[in-house]
Amino acid sequence: MPRHKLIASESDVSIEVDEGKDNEFSLYYVEVEENSKGGKEKQATRDGKRRRARNGEVSRRRASEKRTTNMANKRAEKKHEKHHKTTRKEGERHRKRQRRRIADEEEAEEESSKEKKNIKNERTKTLKLEDEKEKDVKKKRKKHVKNQEDDANPGKTKQKDCQDVPLKEKKKKRKKPETTSESESQSESQSESNSDSEAKDNQAVGVLGSLTPEELEKLKEAVDERKKLITTIKGKPWPMKKKLVILRESQEFVEKYEGALGKGKGRKLYAYKVLMMKKWMKFERDLENFKTACIPWEMKIKEIESHFGSSVASYFIFLRWMYGINMILFGLTFGLVMVPEALMGKPYGSMPRKTVPREEEASAMNFAVLWDFGGYAKYSVLFYGYYNNQRAIGWLKFRMPLSYFLVGVGTVAYSYMVVIRTMARNANEEGGGDDTSFNFSWKTFTSWDYLIGNPETADNKFASITTSFKEAIVEEQESRKDDNIHLTRFLRVLANFLVLCCLAGSGYLIYFVVRRSQKFALEGLENYGWWERNEVNMVMSLLGMFCPMLFDVISTLENYHPRIALQWQLGRIFALFLGNLYTFIIALMDAIQLKRAEEEIVKKNMTIWQANLYNGTVPDNSTAPPITVHPADVPRGPCWETMVGQVLGKSSSEFVRLIISDTMTTYITLLIGDFIRAVLVRFLNNCWCWDLEYGFPSYSEFDVSGNVLGLIFNQGMIWMGAFYAPCLPALNLLRLHVSMYLQCWAVMCCNVPQERVFKASGSNNFYMAMLLVILFLSTLPAIYTIVSFPPSFDCGPFSGKNRMFDVIQETLETDFPAWFGKVFSYASNPGLVLPFLLLLVLAIYYLQSTSKTYKRVNMELKKKLQTQNEENKKKNKLAALKAANELEQARKAGEQRSNSASDLGVNEESSSLDEAGHHRQAGQNGRLIHPSQSQHAQSSEPPVSSTHTTTRPPASRSHTASGHLPGTDGHALWLHCQKNGSQRGAGKCHGLLCPV
Amino acid sequence: MGNKQTIFTDEQLDAYQDCTFFTRKEILRLHGRYHELAPHLVPMDYTNDPDVKIPLALIVNMPELKENPFRDRIVESFSEDGHGNLSFNDFVDMFSVLSEMAPRELKAIYAFKIYDFNVDNYICKEDLEKTLNKLTKEELTPEEVNLVCEKAIEEADLDGDNKLSFADFENMISRAPDFLSTFHIRI
Repeated sequence: MPRHKLIASESDVSIEVDEGKDNEFSLYYVEVEENSKGGKEKQATRDGKRRRARNGEVSRRRASEKRTTNMANKRAEKKHEKHHKTTRKEGERHRKRQRRRIADEEEAEEESSKEKKNIKNERTKTLKLEDEKEKDVKKKRKKHVKNQEDDANPGKTKQKDCQDVPLKEKKKKRKKPETTSESESQSESQSESNSDSEAKDNQAVGVLGSLTPEELEKLKEAVDERKKLITTIKGKPWPMKKKLVILRESQEFVEKYEGALGKGKGRKLYAYKVLMMKKWMKFERDLENFKTACIPWEMKIKEIESHFGSSVASYFIFLRWMYGINMILFGLTFGLVMVPEALMGKPYGSMPRKTVPREEEASAMNFAVLWDFGGYAKYSVLFYGYYNNQRAIGWLKFRMPLSYFLVGVGTVAYSYMVVIRTMARNANEEGGGDDTSFNFSWKTFTSWDYLIGNPETADNKFASITTSFKEAIVEEQESRKDDNIHLTRFLRVLANFLVLCCLAGSGYLIYFVVRRSQKFALEGLENYGWWERNEVNMVMSLLGMFCPMLFDVISTLENYHPRIALQWQLGRIFALFLGNLYTFIIALMDAIQLKRAEEEIVKKNMTIWQANLYNGTVPDNSTAPPITVHPADVPRGPCWETMVGQVLGKSSSEFVRLIISDTMTTYITLLIGDFIRAVLVRFLNNCWCWDLEYGFPSYSEFDVSGNVLGLIFNQGMIWMGAFYAPCLPALNLLRLHVSMYLQCWAVMCCNVPQERVFKASGSNNFYMAMLLVILFLSTLPAIYTIVSFPPSFDCGPFSGKNRMFDVIQETLETDFPAWFGKVFSYASNPGLVLPFLLLLVLAIYYLQSTSKTYKRVNMELKKKLQTQNEENKKKNKLAALKAANELEQARKAGEQRSNSASDLGVNEESSSLDEAGHHRQAGQNGRLIHPSQSQHAQSSEPPVSSTHTTTRPPASRSHTASGHLPGTDGHALWLHCQKNGSQRGAGKCHGLLCPV
Repeated sequence: MGNKQTIFTDEQLDAYQDCTFFTRKEILRLHGRYHELAPHLVPMDYTNDPDVKIPLALIVNMPELKENPFRDRIVESFSEDGHGNLSFNDFVDMFSVLSEMAPRELKAIYAFKIYDFNVDNYICKEDLEKTLNKLTKEELTPEEVNLVCEKAIEEADLDGDNKLSFADFENMISRAPDFLSTFHIRI
């Protein structure tokens, strides 16, 4: 703390608080106020020398009596010794007398730990004695007569005694800064401030002793209020200087009285509590800081946001969100499936399913094979087939198959939960912000992004704000003129019809191609050329390329608002992709059927092979352990589960490759494009048929919606395949990580944001809805395969079982007590399950209907509010007019009255005028707000208005304004108004204007 | 205390932390930024609270404010004298209000001050016009500006006095979805 400030505040703290600013506290604080006022007067009259003298004497006396005084006091003593030899002599004379008086005290003193406190008492007594004696030697020191009178005159009652204490403290406080500034010693000031706070406590106790319980209550309230103020001070709209001053005052106030409120043990406890509170606050602060520091890519995204605005950033935020989900999925599969298997399962090469077969051994380490998840990658923990069906593994007896199954179910369940929860939260947020009644004012006041610190972005932002204003203006004008609605309706229907035709056509095309490819596959692909082999892929990608363009063309027919048009467009592309996905799934199912047929054959061959093996090699010794064939040589089934995982993994890694190549091509084309643009646009633009800068070879846009769709579909693949390939979440994590950096880089380097308006906040739920649909659609086939196909006989954790979910049954039977299995079987009885389902349906129905009702009520309330607002507007207009008239009348009446009143008696006149003056003043201050004055009111008063949102009574403003009248009578009036009942009171003051 | 870099005492730092939304480090960094603006004026030792003010022209050149169309108004509304001379206290205050942690109500109060160009405690049409012209770099025609101003006032004005009082403004801004995300400056 700055020292000169301390001086000023310490002497004035309580006085300032009491007298003016905070009226709330003055009521509870009268007594102290009196004291401090007295002290102030005295201080004004007392000169510094005198004060120093007393201080020196006190400290000297204490030193000689106690012999335990600290260095600071000694130093002070030395300093003052020269000045006050006379006073010392006097003090010595009196010391004896005084000693006798306080002998008892001294004894206690020496032992007790509260030394300082006692010193304080003692000191006050010595001071008193000194004063008395001073009275005796008054004539010698004529200078100090007045002061001595002040000190000595008060009665010697107990009450007065405690009042005297603060006086002394006040004096001491005044002195302290001076001495410190003289000595410039840190330790001294500290020791003094210690004793100072002790003194304060003492003083507080003294004051408290004389308070009634009610006053104590009030004081407590005041302390609480101050505490609240301290915690909320950062939210107050005051200038920092004022905040600092008030903060310090409140802290001192709280310190002074809070400590005194609890006595003895409570005080210590309280101090401990305060300390812990502070620590806890600090901890919370740090935790918050840590949390924000932990959010990955925050700065990157913010940077992008500040360059390209929120729509591009929304893509990256979505990406990050997906990353988070995949992180958790990865944690589940990695921690509960892959790591236990790798650590505790049988090692690689111990059994056929964990070994690369002979025929593949040669190429198993080739990069191309590994890249397609073949070779060693296929026979590792990454895929379903590697896992053993051993019920419990390792010394932990980890139930591997059960864990595998539960993790598979858990990942899907978790994904559902997260998506739905996010959707619900988004819906909540949107509920607040979809109000379009403030379109223009929001655009005016909130469209500038204060974060922008880049000149180019600022230019972009200016441009986009301008266009948005123009759009809004056009929209506004259009909504007024309301063009041919039938035509637009017809066009929209037509457009939808066309799109449906497109979708149906492409669906049929895909179906046709897939059927053809199946035929080819049956006949053997070797007989056909490149086109026949890749027909399905080619057709699908061609459709994926051209259909969106077609949709775009069609959507121009519809004449929607760009944002809505974009949503339609996205929905249509989504439908197309779904067709894509489902043909893929159908093809996969077919492949599964094929593999299963193959598996049957292998199974048969297997038994033959085994029989041959035993017959051929060990004919005579049948009891010997089975001979060891190298596991790589054992024939095995095709393991369709691994195949599914492989295919999905491949298609997922296809996305990675796609993204990398996409980014590279964008960048290269942009480099070239930029160069060509620089050359061509410069020289050819004048003689070209279209504008090159805004026409075809312009910068490539960052396609937010397309990228989001890609992300969503890829996630669908992951969900579908996660059960059969535990590595897929990890793979996806890698992919997202890479694409995050690559795309960030690409965006910052070369892409320009999409021109289309796409509001991030509004579209989030659209993305989420698509994600939910994809999640549902991708878990369907996975569930179907789990439920309806028996697992492969020689690979995976469920081999040998009839169905995969049998693992639950098995666990229930073997690992749980019998009664549990019984209970479970009862619970799974249809007689119980059906009612339960019914109950669920009922609950859903009930909740849905209640939410509908709430919505309706909400709408009604909104309407009501709107109508009320409009009414208020009208009413206020009328009131303003009326009030103006009234004011005019009142002024005239007042003038007449004062003229006529001059004839009447003096008393009457003055009182009535006084009254009139009051009311007029109130009225004027309520109504016409002087700039400076009202500003003061606004800046210094906590915003009363913030609690009222829309339906504010018109009186409230006049109340706030009248709160701060210059001068004391205005102040009193305000207090009066406040007592009368806040706003109403002010309203009355306002209304009283007319009769006068 | 022992080490040399005592820009602030511990009490000062604590007080600043209580009065702002900043941590200790951030306050020290803010002081660094403030010092950077005018190395000759601003002392490195703030323990005795020197009375130093930096003029508006220097402050609006900070990269955080440079591109902001309302930079002059921001600085003016946070300065104690109203002319844009910022003491360190005002400086900290400004970035505290504009920080991410500041509550909506507080931000609204200062946003109102910023948009109230003529400091009459109302946002009148004149203020709106100025705001719009700053936002669009005067690319809208006067008719368009007029239309927008009228619409904005019509939307937000609750008491029908054809200008926006703070209550109107707060009511409007409290429902704006983007206000919190856009009305902050990262330092």
